[in-house]
Amino acid sequence: MAHAGTLTLQNVSKQYEVKGAALPVLQDISLSITPGEFVSIVGASGCGKSTLLRLIIGLEEGYQGQILLDGQRIKGTSLNRGIVFQEHRLFPWLNVRDNIGLGLLNSDLTEGQKRMAVNEHIELVGLNGFETAYPHQLSGGMSQRVAIARALVNRPDILLLDEPFGALDALTRAHLQQELHRIWQQEGITMILVTHDVEEAVYLGDKVVVMEPRPGRIRQVLPVPLPHPRDRASYAFTQVKESVLREFSGHPAAELIEPPLRQEAPAASQWQFAV
Amino acid sequence: MSEPVSIAASPAAAPGRKPSFSLPAALRGWVLPLLLLLLWWLAVSLGWSKSPLLVPVSQVWHTAVEQTVSGELWRALRSSLWRDLLGFAIGASAGLIFGTVLGLSRLFESLLGPSFHTLKQISLFAWIPLLSVWFGLGDAAKVAFLSLAAFFPVVLNTFEGIRSVAPELIEVGRVFEFSRWQMLRRVVLPSALPSVFAGIHLGLIYAWLATLGAEYLLVSGQGIGNTLIDGREHFKMDLVLFGVIVVGLVGFALNWLASQLEHRLLAWRGRSVAQYE
Repeated sequence: MAHAGTLTLQNVSKQYEVKGAALPVLQDISLSITPGEFVSIVGASGCGKSTLLRLIIGLEEGYQGQILLDGQRIKGTSLNRGIVFQEHRLFPWLNVRDNIGLGLLNSDLTEGQKRMAVNEHIELVGLNGFETAYPHQLSGGMSQRVAIARALVNRPDILLLDEPFGALDALTRAHLQQELHRIWQQEGITMILVTHDVEEAVYLGDKVVVMEPRPGRIRQVLPVPLPHPRDRASYAFTQVKESVLREFSGHPAAELIEPPLRQEAPAASQWQFAV
Repeated sequence: MSEPVSIAASPAAAPGRKPSFSLPAALRGWVLPLLLLLLWWLAVSLGWSKSPLLVPVSQVWHTAVEQTVSGELWRALRSSLWRDLLGFAIGASAGLIFGTVLGLSRLFESLLGPSFHTLKQISLFAWIPLLSVWFGLGDAAKVAFLSLAAFFPVVLNTFEGIRSVAPELIEVGRVFEFSRWQMLRRVVLPSALPSVFAGIHLGLIYAWLATLGAEYLLVSGQGIGNTLIDGREHFKMDLVLFGVIVVGLVGFALNWLASQLEHRLLAWRGRSVAQYE
């Protein structure tokens, strides 16, 4: 038997029907993820990276190829696989504790064990004192922490993260990346992070999967041979980031970071109406 | 102001106007009724009108006291409110069930939806002749009419609430392997609740409006509407005016009660706009 949480994708393809014609979304994706690994998937929008996650979590079906977890073909959703979406998707009528408890509704734990698991996970994401707060009282970052706790409370083998910090401000995002890193090391579970933030991908990932669009394919899988935790300011980090950016864009990195700005100063006459 | 007006100057920069008079917000709603009352009183006491239609404020007050003390008011109110609440309970319960079924089942929607949407176009009062033939002119017909008044808004809002459940939350339920029952109880019904409440609230108001309508159109028995009719037939304007005030106050009280209940049960919405709507 393979280790718990070995995920294997073999020649996975997926297409949608659009007006009778097949629109390929994913083409021939093969990837192997070992237990406890952190894999980042980056790519431009429309490269099918979210669809890939939805296939792995089991919210979408109908694909060619194989998605295997410990050698078993994935069928539907499972408490073994958790997901954090870009929007927190908390239930507005439940407080923090009950939102997290929602994940345990169908678990085999006793009531007492469930209560303990919820408390542990509130602790894990650092939300002590907010147990009875409602989602509308939480900031974006806090809501996403609750969503992470809810996804982890079942102790899944794999946690999928679909641009979880995309809607957060830069400071909160950096902070939560650190937190996620700590949780990953503490829990030792497999994590797959979809993002369009290259720095985030390199900061967290053991390897970075670069995808390209139309149809969604893997362009390159780049290892990140840096020890954890990583120093974003270090030369080695920047080098890995540059190499990902080169793959990402097909152009020198500098161009992607600074899109050519047209610096034509508008003629003074153009501004008159704005007075 | 003879100076050229500068576009750049913001309104805030204008010399501040001090509010010359300010009233606590809670009391502002009383200004108009009290002014009208004053005007009424003046009109009578200064003899602006000799019409018997304009009775003195004091006479209405006397009638109010007399009706209250003699128990007439309570008898009338009790009959009206009892019918109102009974009709509302029947109509709203039926509406909840029907709206839920319509919202949950595409099959039922396609079977019953078109008929329902046609029936709801019929003015409520058009049902009266039919109801009086079926149920007579007594309480049964009135209650049936009230039920109908409460039924339609409850069905519509329940249906809307159930249909507008966010698919994002349904997906969360699927990730946690919710059964059909769990999905209904944990996701669909709670997220439909605000809309359901709006329907119940409307149903309560419609039922009270219809209570008066029923007493007016199916004249028999007791009720606050019959008090009004009595007053008109005996040309007791004081009684009519008193009746109108009571009807208004009851409507106000029902509305207030519904709002309080809604506010308590839906406290989770907070002040922010619901995110999944």
